Amino acid sequence: MTAREPMAMPSGLALCKHCGLLSKLMPTHETSYCPRCGNELAFRRRETIQRTWALIIAAAICYIPANILPVMTSITLTGTEDDTILDGVVMLYATGSWPLALIVLIASVMIPMSKLFALAYLLVTVQRRSLKSNRERVQLYRLVEFIGRWSMLDVFVISFTVALVQMKPLMAAQPQTGIVFFAAVVVLTIFAAQSFDPRLIWDSANSMENQNE
Amino acid sequence: MPENLVACPDCDLLQHVPLPPPRGKALCCRCGKVLATNKPGANERALALAIGAAIVFVIANAFPLMGLSAAGREVDTTIIGGAWAMWQEGNQLTAALVGLCAVVAPAGYIVITMVVLIATRRHPSAPSWVGELLHWAELAQEWAMAEVMMLGILVALIKIADLATVIIGVGMFATGALIALLAAMAINFDPEEIWTHVQWTGGGARLLANSTQTIDYQEAKK
Repeated sequence: MTAREPMAMPSGLALCKHCGLLSKLMPTHETSYCPRCGNELAFRRRETIQRTWALIIAAAICYIPANILPVMTSITLTGTEDDTILDGVVMLYATGSWPLALIVLIASVMIPMSKLFALAYLLVTVQRRSLKSNRERVQLYRLVEFIGRWSMLDVFVISFTVALVQMKPLMAAQPQTGIVFFAAVVVLTIFAAQSFDPRLIWDSANSMENQNE
Repeated sequence: MPENLVACPDCDLLQHVPLPPPRGKALCCRCGKVLATNKPGANERALALAIGAAIVFVIANAFPLMGLSAAGREVDTTIIGGAWAMWQEGNQLTAALVGLCAVVAPAGYIVITMVVLIATRRHPSAPSWVGELLHWAELAQEWAMAEVMMLGILVALIKIADLATVIIGVGMFATGALIALLAAMAINFDPEEIWTHVQWTGGGARLLANSTQTIDYQEAKK
């Protein structure tokens, strides 16, 4: 990082998060508003580190019951069966559709977990003022933002299975508590990704420069 | 010129970004984020696509997605039927989330985008509430998950296919078309162009013009 890379915040400029207008922001003022869209201006997203940590921790806690508790009960003539998310993957694999089993495994198990690890990694490196691989880290952040929605997959699978398999007493499907925790993980990780501010990755380079001057 | 001064939303780097050539885009030279695009006539196309999406959305929601027949009985479901079944089974939180992502957010995204596009079309100055609506459209877009829902339905179908005969309904084809139209809408929509039509609220902060020492930075890649 060289001193030749000017950033908006040290220059007193703030980008409006709603409309993208760049305006001058006085650090002394209590609150400034965007002249174009009238929303509050800030250099960085509010309490971004605390909020993102809080959401990650909450999601990690919900991740445990989401995987342990059954998400669906299938009632057939041969009996009643409680399925967790992993049981659903195994069932898909056993019925011979391994590509679908892989998609569900990636969307339901791997994406939420890797999102948690990726965001935690980004937060830790930001807090340790890492100067390394900034570009890779911002790309990781974009990936996390982009793939997050796909973990909703299993919620849709369960909803439509429940909607369709309603032929009592022949067969029926009922949602179970696990799906609520699973949906909570999805929503919390989406919020966590939104509350993280990728500009923090580049801020440490800037503060190093100021110390050297 | 200060008017060309842009801060990258992902890395905060200040750069002078001239208007890219038609169909071109300018990337941040530090982190690669798209900073400016030039899509001539994009919002005209977006409006046409939004109207198409609205029609397809109604069809997708009005007709059954799929049916199931076993032992002489038939059951079918629509998009909202997925959320409704969850609700009836006592899982209201999940039902609300499914309803939001499958029905409310896509509908909101299409309708709000249409209103924004019509309000700014050929108007040099649209009222500032259009800017507020634009923000809502972006929010709705984030939670509109038609493509995830489609994959979810397909997985559910394959799971069920062993138990009973599955009948694909009109709603399924309409949902496929809706996904394509929503994606085309997102590509063609140009919010920057909208903002040039919206009246400024004139809030507290000082304008950028004649601010800061202008920093000359290398032009972003075209």
